[in-house]
Amino acid sequence: MIYVVIVFLWTAILLYILLGGADFGAGIIELLTSKANKSRTRKTMYNAIGPIWEANHMWLIIAVVILFVGFPKIYTTVSVYLHIPLVCMLLGIIARGTAFVFRNYDAVKDDMQKIYTPIFVYSSLITPFFLGIIAASAVSGQIDPQAKDFLSAYVFSWLSWFSVAVGIFTVSICGFLATIFIIGQTHEPADKAHFVGKAKRTIFIVMFCGALVFVAAYFENIPLGQWIFGDAPGLVAIIAASLSLLVMFYALNQDKPILLRLLAGFQVTMILFAATYTHFPDIVLLKNGANLSLLTHQGQVKTIESLGYALLIGSLFILPALVYLIYSFQKKKDAYPDHL
Amino acid sequence: MDDFLAARLQMAFSLGFHIVFACIGMVMPFFMTVAHFFWLRTKNVVYRDVTKAWSKGVAIFFATGAVSGTVLSFELGLLWPKFMEHAGPIFGMPFSLEGTAFFIEAIALGFYLYGWNRIHPWFHWATGVVVGISGLLSGILVVAANAWMNSPAGFDYVNGQYLNIDPIKAMFNEAWFSQSLHMCVAAFVSTGFAVAGVHALMIYRGSNIAFHSKAFKIAAIFGTVAACLQPLSGDISAKDVAKRQPEKLAAMEAHFHTERFAPLIIGGIPDTANQTVNYAIKIPGLLSFMATGDFNGEVKGLDQVPKQDQPPVAVTHYAFQIMVGLGMAMVLLALLYFIALWKKKQWLKSKWLLKLFIVATPMGFIALEAGWTVTEVGRQPWIIRGVMRTAEAVTPMPGIAYSFYLFTAVYISLSIIVSLLLYRQITMVGKLYDSSAEPLKK
Ligand code: HDD
Ligand code: HEM
Ligand code: HEM
Repeated sequence: MIYVVIVFLWTAILLYILLGGADFGAGIIELLTSKANKSRTRKTMYNAIGPIWEANHMWLIIAVVILFVGFPKIYTTVSVYLHIPLVCMLLGIIARGTAFVFRNYDAVKDDMQKIYTPIFVYSSLITPFFLGIIAASAVSGQIDPQAKDFLSAYVFSWLSWFSVAVGIFTVSICGFLATIFIIGQTHEPADKAHFVGKAKRTIFIVMFCGALVFVAAYFENIPLGQWIFGDAPGLVAIIAASLSLLVMFYALNQDKPILLRLLAGFQVTMILFAATYTHFPDIVLLKNGANLSLLTHQGQVKTIESLGYALLIGSLFILPALVYLIYSFQKKKDAYPDHL
Repeated sequence: MDDFLAARLQMAFSLGFHIVFACIGMVMPFFMTVAHFFWLRTKNVVYRDVTKAWSKGVAIFFATGAVSGTVLSFELGLLWPKFMEHAGPIFGMPFSLEGTAFFIEAIALGFYLYGWNRIHPWFHWATGVVVGISGLLSGILVVAANAWMNSPAGFDYVNGQYLNIDPIKAMFNEAWFSQSLHMCVAAFVSTGFAVAGVHALMIYRGSNIAFHSKAFKIAAIFGTVAACLQPLSGDISAKDVAKRQPEKLAAMEAHFHTERFAPLIIGGIPDTANQTVNYAIKIPGLLSFMATGDFNGEVKGLDQVPKQDQPPVAVTHYAFQIMVGLGMAMVLLALLYFIALWKKKQWLKSKWLLKLFIVATPMGFIALEAGWTVTEVGRQPWIIRGVMRTAEAVTPMPGIAYSFYLFTAVYISLSIIVSLLLYRQITMVGKLYDSSAEPLKK
């Protein structure tokens, strides 16, 4: 059962990065879009993301609940030592979620929009940035349970060039996912060309940010190269992701939106796989080498069993409903015009 | 500010904030689907307008509830790591089931909000019902988790170790039923009165009467029926507390000395040093009857509890008085409303009844917050009653006071924006919805 739980945890994190990431990306893209195109971009994004917006963010909660129920020691260690970036991320989540709804549901569209919109776009940037920092700090052995003073216990546990670089990389991935996603949502040729161009540029930005992560790792003496290329599955994953980039350029030029989305999803999955496979079953690396492992720091048997059953039964309800939701909203509007 | 106090206050503010949005998110879908049902049945456009106006409100509240809930799931670890380390695997069952309930709720809400004219009308309506039911279910589950903190079950506590964990037993602890029942009814009372009050105000001001009267009636009926059930459920809770947490009951009642034929103490100022209550109204024997069902039953007082295990008396006592007082006031208003509905139709048009409802707008929510204060403060100094003290559970990180100021500022600004948005939704009703006010439409 423990493996069922781990698969759910991993999948929840992946789906949060993919769906939530595309969602954050929407805000980031809005930030980087020129004034002239802004409102069009926003409309397209909103139509695409609106209905599934609420559900996208449930993946994070599922992941957190799995952690605190099944792996309490891991949850509490991260909560204690990464308190500050977690709070920053939470502020981002609050600001973004509320600003998104406020700007779409305010009955009067007036100057308040000038307040909501910047909050929305900047928090779209901040949230994935700190998410990246948290992930990087967890796996890079910066957390020091023996630290005596405030700075080394609660600040240098996460403040490093490596973490910052991973934060930036995460932001770029979100932007990338959103541009790929939006291509399939536009129908006007001019818009399409605009977004295809944008997608190409973001691919280069992502590669640049990825390189930045390696540079930062080098300066922080983190053997990132060895982690990722050290064992065969990780290496294969990275090679597969790189090769699929070539296919992606083909798909971009040939206008194949579904293939594009699949490819983007595939690439991010491979990156997450390579990044997590190398340490598995360890998930949080500590400075003193006493790593926290999903296998040795799991809860008692009955807890894991009931958690596993709860997840399995839950997914029986959730997955079909979610698929049907997405399917319904890809169909044309106005199927029932009388029913306004 | 002391870090421990800051952590407690931050937790209390976050929960106190979340609970308002959670209740509305839980109950409004029911109001909405009732209005929606009438629209589908009668094709009276006013019902459609009410449904649409409410669904916008639900979207705002749902999102705010969702983000504040997300914050809570992290806050439990950020503020109380020692608690979560041990409690997580034990009381986690309801949380993991709740995840499913939330998910279904979020999906159904996606269908509901964006489904107008895209999906079959009755399927659309049904998704609204699903939003309500799954919201209620998640409320029940999360309260079951809180109930476990009051009456821990499903594990053996041996030499500081938590052994033989049984999450199912932990979920169905002794307090889950009375607390969840009382909470669900409370959600209907508070949302019902709040929504009815707002629409009563608009009727009072004479704007868009057709729209607001229909909205008022739906909310008022839900609220008043629930208000009459609440004392019954509260009585179950009180008997339950008397059995499982006598020290909490004693603090609620400022009942210092164990006695038979114990009086019910109403109001008054508890004096902990001298162990008396000044200026209170005492009704002889009633407390014994309420707690045990027998006027001569023995009610344990605080003298039975070691000093270091006693909850704060004053806060618990005042909070309890506020809850019960407001609860009774709402029952009276509910009875007036029923008389008006059945016997005195002319009252329904009278200004005084509307005024009473306007005054009652915040009562339910005040009672709700007071009730939670009773439950949580009455459990102190324990975070898991009899097992772990709150002070042991707090995070080792210094400087929580700053995080408390930060979150307080965020919650205050959010409350202001949400109020502004709501105010706008309501004042725009005439322009956006009220079809009777639009002669241009054929
Ligand atoms: C609209 C809100 C509301 C109203 C009108 C009342 N309550 Fe209440 N009460 C709550 C809202 C609430 C609550 C916030 O929902 C609590 C907190 C925990 C819980 O389970 O419900 C609560 C707790 C609570 C408890 C403690 C339960 C526990 O710790 O397990 C008792 C004994 C009562 N209530 C009793 C009453 C009585 C006798 C009422 C008579 C009118 C009453 N309540 C009205
Ligand atoms: C499942 C639901 C809940 C859980 C898991 C929970 C958990 C906690 C925890 C961990 C604390 C801090 C430790 C303590 O003081 O005991 C706390 C305190 C508190 N909570 Fe709750 N709580 C829940 C529901 C609520 C709700 C809905 C409210 C209010 C509306 C509330 C009001 C408070 C208050 C006022 C305190 C401060 C008590 C004090 O420290 O004196 N709680 N709760
Ligand atoms: C007695 C206290 C509580 C009640 C009654 C309650 C109820 C609810 C409800 C009904 C929702 C749905 C959102 C809405 O409709 O607006 C919600 C959202 C949420 N709650 Fe609470 N909750 C309580 C306390 C907590 C606590 C202590 C946690 C922390 C673990 C929590 C976590 C969440 C989360 C993560 C969400 C967001 C889910 C979503 O996106 O739909 N809640 N809560």
